[in-house]
Amino acid sequence: MNGVLRSSVLVLVVGCLGASAIDGFDFPDAETAARYQRLITEFRCPKCLNESIASSGAPIAVDLRRTVRRLMEEGAADEAIRDHLQTRYGDFVLYDPPFKPSTWFLWFSPVLLALVAVYVVVRVARRRTVSAPSDAERERARRLIEAS
Amino acid sequence: MTRIKLYLPVGVFGVLAVVLFLGFTLRDPNLLPSALIGKPFPAFDLPVLGAAGERAGREGLLGEVRLVNVWATWCPTCLAEHGELMRIGAETGLSIIGINYKDDPQLAVEWLRQHGDPYDFNVVDDAGDLGVDLGVYGAPETFLVDAGGVIRYKRVGDVNPVVWRDEIAPTLAGLAGWQKVEAVLGDER
Repeated sequence: MNGVLRSSVLVLVVGCLGASAIDGFDFPDAETAARYQRLITEFRCPKCLNESIASSGAPIAVDLRRTVRRLMEEGAADEAIRDHLQTRYGDFVLYDPPFKPSTWFLWFSPVLLALVAVYVVVRVARRRTVSAPSDAERERARRLIEAS
Repeated sequence: MTRIKLYLPVGVFGVLAVVLFLGFTLRDPNLLPSALIGKPFPAFDLPVLGAAGERAGREGLLGEVRLVNVWATWCPTCLAEHGELMRIGAETGLSIIGINYKDDPQLAVEWLRQHGDPYDFNVVDDAGDLGVDLGVYGAPETFLVDAGGVIRYKRVGDVNPVVWRDEIAPTLAGLAGWQKVEAVLGDER
Protein backbone atom coordinates (compact mmCIF):
# COMPACT_ATOMS: atom_id res chain seq x y z
CA MET A 1 0.00 0.00 0.00
CA ASN A 2 2.74 2.36 1.05
CA GLY A 3 4.64 1.49 -2.10
CA VAL A 4 1.60 2.23 -4.25
CA LEU A 5 1.12 5.57 -2.50
CA ARG A 6 4.75 6.46 -2.88
CA SER A 7 4.85 5.61 -6.56
CA SER A 8 1.64 7.56 -7.29
CA VAL A 9 3.11 10.59 -5.51
CA LEU A 10 6.23 10.14 -7.61
CA VAL A 11 4.15 9.95 -10.78
CA LEU A 12 2.32 13.14 -9.77
CA VAL A 13 5.53 15.03 -9.03
CA VAL A 14 7.25 13.87 -12.21
CA GLY A 15 4.08 14.66 -14.18
CA CYS A 16 4.04 18.23 -12.85
CA LEU A 17 7.72 18.70 -13.61
CA GLY A 18 7.04 17.46 -17.12
CA ALA A 19 4.17 19.90 -17.55
CA SER A 20 6.25 22.94 -16.58
CA ALA A 21 9.11 21.73 -18.75
CA ILE A 22 6.87 21.58 -21.85
CA ASP A 23 6.54 25.33 -21.96
CA GLY A 24 10.10 25.86 -20.78
CA PHE A 25 9.78 29.62 -20.63
CA ASP A 26 12.35 31.71 -18.84
CA PHE A 27 10.97 34.88 -17.38
CA PRO A 28 13.16 37.92 -16.73
CA ASP A 29 11.68 38.42 -13.27
CA ALA A 30 9.16 36.99 -10.82
CA GLU A 31 6.69 39.76 -11.60
CA THR A 32 6.51 38.80 -15.29
CA ALA A 33 6.18 35.14 -14.37
CA ALA A 34 3.31 35.98 -12.00
CA ARG A 35 1.62 38.08 -14.67
CA TYR A 36 1.91 35.21 -17.13
CA GLN A 37 0.46 32.78 -14.57
CA ARG A 38 -2.43 35.15 -13.85
CA LEU A 39 -3.18 35.72 -17.54
CA ILE A 40 -3.23 32.08 -18.56
CA THR A 41 -5.74 31.25 -15.80
CA GLU A 42 -8.06 33.88 -17.33
CA PHE A 43 -8.54 31.96 -20.57
CA ARG A 44 -10.60 28.88 -21.13
CA CYS A 45 -9.15 26.12 -23.29
CA PRO A 46 -11.40 25.99 -26.42
CA LYS A 47 -11.01 22.24 -26.78
CA CYS A 48 -11.60 21.09 -23.23
CA LEU A 49 -14.93 22.76 -22.33
CA ASN A 50 -14.00 23.66 -18.79
CA GLU A 51 -10.34 23.97 -18.11
CA SER A 52 -8.13 27.01 -18.25
CA ILE A 53 -5.26 27.08 -20.71
CA ALA A 54 -3.02 27.11 -17.62
CA SER A 55 -4.10 23.67 -16.48
CA SER A 56 -4.81 21.94 -19.77
CA GLY A 57 -2.29 19.76 -21.53
CA ALA A 58 -4.17 19.94 -24.85
CA PRO A 59 -1.97 21.05 -27.78
CA ILE A 60 -4.24 24.04 -28.38
CA ALA A 61 -3.72 25.16 -24.76
CA VAL A 62 0.05 24.92 -25.28
CA ASP A 63 -0.33 27.06 -28.43
CA LEU A 64 -2.42 29.65 -26.61
CA ARG A 65 0.04 29.82 -23.72
CA ARG A 66 2.80 30.39 -26.26
CA THR A 67 0.68 33.10 -27.88
CA VAL A 68 0.15 34.85 -24.52
CA ARG A 69 3.85 34.62 -23.84
CA ARG A 70 4.71 36.07 -27.28
CA LEU A 71 2.29 38.97 -26.87
CA MET A 72 3.77 39.72 -23.46
CA GLU A 73 7.22 39.84 -24.99
CA GLU A 74 5.91 42.22 -27.63
CA GLY A 75 4.84 44.48 -24.81
CA ALA A 76 1.09 44.03 -25.12
CA ALA A 77 -1.07 45.16 -22.21
CA ASP A 78 -3.37 42.67 -20.47
CA GLU A 79 -6.37 44.16 -22.23
CA ALA A 80 -4.71 43.80 -25.65
CA ILE A 81 -3.89 40.16 -24.93
CA ARG A 82 -7.53 39.50 -23.95
CA ASP A 83 -8.70 41.22 -27.16
CA HIS A 84 -6.26 39.21 -29.23
CA LEU A 85 -7.64 35.88 -28.04
CA GLN A 86 -11.24 37.06 -27.95
CA THR A 87 -11.25 38.20 -31.58
CA ARG A 88 -9.97 34.78 -32.60
CA TYR A 89 -11.82 32.41 -30.31
CA GLY A 90 -14.83 34.50 -29.25
CA ASP A 91 -16.22 35.18 -25.78
CA PHE A 92 -15.87 31.49 -25.03
CA VAL A 93 -12.17 31.81 -24.15
CA LEU A 94 -12.81 34.43 -21.49
CA TYR A 95 -13.62 33.08 -18.06
CA ASP A 96 -14.88 36.55 -17.22
CA PRO A 97 -17.47 37.07 -19.97
CA PRO A 98 -18.18 40.59 -21.28
CA PHE A 99 -21.42 42.30 -20.31
CA LYS A 100 -23.56 42.58 -23.46
CA PRO A 101 -27.09 41.63 -24.62
CA SER A 102 -26.23 38.03 -25.43
CA THR A 103 -24.79 37.53 -21.94
CA TRP A 104 -27.42 39.46 -19.98
CA PHE A 105 -29.17 36.27 -18.96
CA LEU A 106 -25.88 34.89 -17.74
CA TRP A 107 -25.18 37.96 -15.63
CA PHE A 108 -28.69 38.52 -14.32
CA SER A 109 -29.70 34.92 -13.63
CA PRO A 110 -28.04 34.81 -10.17
CA VAL A 111 -29.93 37.97 -9.17
CA LEU A 112 -33.19 36.52 -10.53
CA LEU A 113 -32.65 33.26 -8.69
CA ALA A 114 -31.84 35.17 -5.47
CA LEU A 115 -35.10 37.15 -5.82
CA VAL A 116 -37.06 33.93 -6.31
CA ALA A 117 -35.36 32.44 -3.25
CA VAL A 118 -36.18 35.51 -1.11
CA TYR A 119 -39.81 35.36 -2.27
CA VAL A 120 -40.10 31.67 -1.35
CA VAL A 121 -38.47 32.19 2.06
CA VAL A 122 -40.80 35.11 2.86
CA ARG A 123 -43.86 33.08 1.85
CA VAL A 124 -42.85 30.09 3.93
CA ALA A 125 -41.93 32.22 6.93
CA ARG A 126 -45.29 34.03 6.81
CA ARG A 127 -47.21 30.82 6.75
CA ARG A 128 -45.30 29.56 9.79
CA THR A 129 -46.02 32.56 12.06
CA VAL A 130 -48.87 31.92 14.46
CA SER A 131 -50.79 35.04 15.27
CA ALA A 132 -52.15 35.58 18.79
CA PRO A 133 -55.79 34.40 19.20
CA SER A 134 -58.40 37.08 18.86
CA ASP A 135 -60.93 37.86 21.61
CA ALA A 136 -63.64 35.92 19.78
CA GLU A 137 -61.37 32.87 19.55
CA ARG A 138 -60.55 33.08 23.27
CA GLU A 139 -64.23 33.25 24.09
CA ARG A 140 -64.97 30.21 21.91
CA ALA A 141 -62.13 28.20 23.45
CA ARG A 142 -63.32 29.06 26.95
CA ARG A 143 -66.81 27.90 26.12
CA LEU A 144 -65.55 24.63 24.65
CA ILE A 145 -63.51 23.89 27.78
CA GLU A 146 -66.44 24.68 30.07
CA ALA A 147 -68.77 22.50 28.06
CA SER A 148 -66.58 19.41 28.36
CA MET B 1 -55.48 27.47 -5.92
CA THR B 2 -53.70 25.11 -3.52
CA ARG B 3 -54.33 22.25 -5.93
CA ILE B 4 -52.50 24.18 -8.64
CA LYS B 5 -49.59 24.80 -6.29
CA LEU B 6 -49.18 21.08 -5.80
CA TYR B 7 -48.35 20.75 -9.48
CA LEU B 8 -45.84 23.59 -9.44
CA PRO B 9 -42.76 21.39 -8.80
CA VAL B 10 -43.84 19.10 -11.64
CA GLY B 11 -44.15 22.14 -13.90
CA VAL B 12 -40.73 23.48 -12.90
CA PHE B 13 -39.26 20.04 -13.50
CA GLY B 14 -40.90 19.87 -16.92
CA VAL B 15 -39.59 23.26 -18.00
CA LEU B 16 -36.08 22.44 -16.77
CA ALA B 17 -36.17 19.07 -18.49
CA VAL B 18 -37.15 20.65 -21.81
CA VAL B 19 -34.57 23.46 -21.55
CA LEU B 20 -31.77 21.09 -20.60
CA PHE B 21 -32.77 18.53 -23.21
CA LEU B 22 -32.67 21.17 -25.95
CA GLY B 23 -29.44 22.57 -24.54
CA PHE B 24 -27.71 19.23 -24.66
CA THR B 25 -29.09 17.91 -27.93
CA LEU B 26 -29.70 20.78 -30.33
CA ARG B 27 -26.33 22.32 -29.77
CA ASP B 28 -23.07 20.43 -29.66
CA PRO B 29 -21.24 21.82 -26.60
CA ASN B 30 -17.97 21.34 -28.44
CA LEU B 31 -18.94 23.88 -31.10
CA LEU B 32 -17.90 27.45 -30.48
CA PRO B 33 -19.56 30.34 -32.28
CA SER B 34 -17.02 31.63 -34.72
CA ALA B 35 -15.61 35.04 -33.98
CA LEU B 36 -13.99 35.43 -37.39
CA ILE B 37 -16.92 35.59 -39.81
CA GLY B 38 -16.71 38.85 -41.74
CA LYS B 39 -13.10 39.44 -40.69
CA PRO B 40 -10.12 39.41 -43.03
CA PHE B 41 -8.18 36.18 -43.27
CA PRO B 42 -5.10 36.63 -41.06
CA ALA B 43 -1.70 37.33 -42.57
CA PHE B 44 0.75 34.45 -42.63
CA ASP B 45 4.07 33.45 -44.14
CA LEU B 46 4.47 29.69 -44.23
CA PRO B 47 6.32 27.07 -46.28
CA VAL B 48 4.41 25.38 -49.10
CA LEU B 49 4.01 21.64 -48.60
CA GLY B 50 6.16 19.53 -50.89
CA ALA B 51 7.90 22.51 -52.50
CA ALA B 52 11.28 23.09 -50.90
CA GLY B 53 12.05 26.75 -50.23
CA GLU B 54 8.70 28.07 -51.46
CA ARG B 55 6.55 30.12 -49.16
CA ALA B 56 3.00 31.42 -49.35
CA GLY B 57 1.15 34.25 -47.64
CA ARG B 58 -2.27 35.85 -47.45
CA GLU B 59 -1.73 37.43 -50.90
CA GLY B 60 -1.77 33.90 -52.30
CA LEU B 61 -5.44 33.64 -51.40
CA LEU B 62 -6.65 36.91 -52.90
CA GLY B 63 -8.45 37.34 -56.20
CA GLU B 64 -10.52 34.19 -56.03
CA VAL B 65 -13.04 32.55 -53.74
CA ARG B 66 -11.24 29.86 -51.74
CA LEU B 67 -12.20 26.99 -49.53
CA VAL B 68 -9.47 26.83 -46.90
CA ASN B 69 -9.27 23.47 -45.18
CA VAL B 70 -7.28 22.78 -42.00
CA TRP B 71 -6.19 19.14 -41.95
CA ALA B 72 -3.63 16.66 -40.73
CA THR B 73 -2.74 13.03 -41.27
CA TRP B 74 -3.32 12.31 -37.56
CA CYS B 75 -6.92 13.42 -37.86
CA PRO B 76 -9.37 10.61 -38.72
CA THR B 77 -12.21 13.01 -39.57
CA CYS B 78 -9.94 14.62 -42.16
CA LEU B 79 -9.74 11.30 -43.96
CA ALA B 80 -13.50 10.93 -43.65
CA GLU B 81 -14.12 14.28 -45.36
CA HIS B 82 -11.40 13.84 -47.95
CA GLY B 83 -13.70 12.24 -50.51
CA GLU B 84 -16.10 15.17 -50.34
CA LEU B 85 -13.24 17.66 -50.82
CA MET B 86 -12.10 15.64 -53.83
CA ARG B 87 -15.63 15.76 -55.23
CA ILE B 88 -15.96 19.52 -54.63
CA GLY B 89 -12.61 20.16 -56.28
CA ALA B 90 -13.40 17.99 -59.29
CA GLU B 91 -17.06 18.89 -59.87
CA THR B 92 -17.30 22.57 -58.95
CA GLY B 93 -13.85 23.88 -59.73
CA LEU B 94 -13.84 25.73 -56.39
CA SER B 95 -10.27 26.50 -55.38
CA ILE B 96 -9.29 24.54 -52.26
CA ILE B 97 -6.26 25.54 -50.20
CA GLY B 98 -4.96 23.28 -47.44
CA ILE B 99 -3.39 24.16 -44.14
CA ASN B 100 -1.44 21.13 -43.03
CA TYR B 101 -1.78 21.58 -39.29
CA LYS B 102 0.79 20.31 -36.77
CA ASP B 103 1.74 17.45 -39.00
CA ASP B 104 4.77 15.68 -40.39
CA PRO B 105 5.22 17.13 -43.92
CA GLN B 106 6.57 13.85 -45.27
CA LEU B 107 3.56 11.93 -43.99
CA ALA B 108 1.30 14.64 -45.43
CA VAL B 109 2.84 14.39 -48.91
CA GLU B 110 2.54 10.61 -48.78
CA TRP B 111 -1.09 10.91 -47.57
CA LEU B 112 -2.00 13.12 -50.53
CA ARG B 113 -0.32 10.74 -52.94
CA GLN B 114 -2.32 7.87 -51.47
CA HIS B 115 -5.75 9.50 -51.10
CA GLY B 116 -5.67 12.10 -53.86
CA ASP B 117 -4.91 15.81 -53.74
CA PRO B 118 -7.83 18.26 -54.02
CA TYR B 119 -5.69 21.23 -52.97
CA ASP B 120 -4.28 23.97 -55.19
CA PHE B 121 -1.50 24.12 -52.63
CA ASN B 122 -0.91 23.43 -48.94
CA VAL B 123 0.91 25.54 -46.40
CA VAL B 124 2.69 23.87 -43.50
CA ASP B 125 1.54 25.20 -40.12
CA ASP B 126 3.89 23.19 -37.99
CA ALA B 127 3.67 25.25 -34.79
CA GLY B 128 -0.03 25.99 -35.10
CA ASP B 129 0.40 29.79 -35.11
CA LEU B 130 -1.82 30.32 -38.16
CA GLY B 131 -4.22 27.94 -36.42
CA VAL B 132 -4.35 30.27 -33.40
CA ASP B 133 -4.89 33.29 -35.67
CA LEU B 134 -7.78 31.41 -37.29
CA GLY B 135 -9.31 30.39 -33.98
CA VAL B 136 -8.74 26.74 -34.86
CA TYR B 137 -9.20 24.37 -31.94
CA GLY B 138 -9.24 21.06 -33.73
CA ALA B 139 -8.98 19.60 -37.19
CA PRO B 140 -10.68 19.53 -39.57
CA GLU B 141 -11.92 23.09 -39.83
CA THR B 142 -12.92 24.70 -43.10
CA PHE B 143 -13.26 28.35 -44.08
CA LEU B 144 -14.88 29.95 -47.08
CA VAL B 145 -12.85 33.04 -48.00
CA ASP B 146 -14.10 35.52 -50.59
CA ALA B 147 -12.00 37.03 -53.38
CA GLY B 148 -11.19 40.01 -51.15
CA GLY B 149 -9.72 37.73 -48.49
CA VAL B 150 -12.63 38.03 -46.03
CA ILE B 151 -13.79 34.96 -44.13
CA ARG B 152 -17.45 34.32 -44.97
CA TYR B 153 -18.10 30.97 -43.41
CA LYS B 154 -16.52 28.54 -41.02
CA ARG B 155 -17.18 24.87 -40.46
CA VAL B 156 -15.81 23.00 -37.45
CA GLY B 157 -15.81 19.30 -38.19
CA ASP B 158 -16.11 17.42 -41.43
CA VAL B 159 -17.30 18.80 -44.76
CA ASN B 160 -19.87 16.31 -46.01
CA PRO B 161 -22.51 16.40 -48.77
CA VAL B 162 -25.16 17.78 -46.38
CA VAL B 163 -22.89 20.57 -45.15
CA TRP B 164 -22.00 21.35 -48.75
CA ARG B 165 -25.63 21.47 -49.88
CA ASP B 166 -27.09 23.31 -46.85
CA GLU B 167 -24.27 25.63 -45.85
CA ILE B 168 -21.32 26.00 -48.20
CA ALA B 169 -23.09 26.08 -51.58
CA PRO B 170 -25.69 28.70 -50.46
CA THR B 171 -22.94 30.90 -48.93
CA LEU B 172 -20.96 30.51 -52.12
CA ALA B 173 -23.99 31.57 -54.14
CA GLY B 174 -23.98 34.92 -52.34
CA LEU B 175 -20.35 35.70 -53.10
CA ALA B 176 -19.29 38.02 -55.88
CA GLY B 177 -16.68 36.62 -58.21
CA TRP B 178 -18.07 33.12 -58.08
CA GLN B 179 -19.37 32.49 -61.59
CA LYS B 180 -19.64 28.73 -61.44
CA VAL B 181 -22.26 28.90 -58.74
CA GLU B 182 -25.25 28.39 -61.02
CA ALA B 183 -23.74 25.15 -62.22
CA VAL B 184 -23.04 24.14 -58.63
CA LEU B 185 -26.55 24.80 -57.37
CA GLY B 186 -27.99 23.30 -60.54
CA ASP B 187 -26.23 20.04 -59.76
CA GLU B 188 -27.70 19.96 -56.31
CA ARG B 189 -31.29 20.51 -57.36
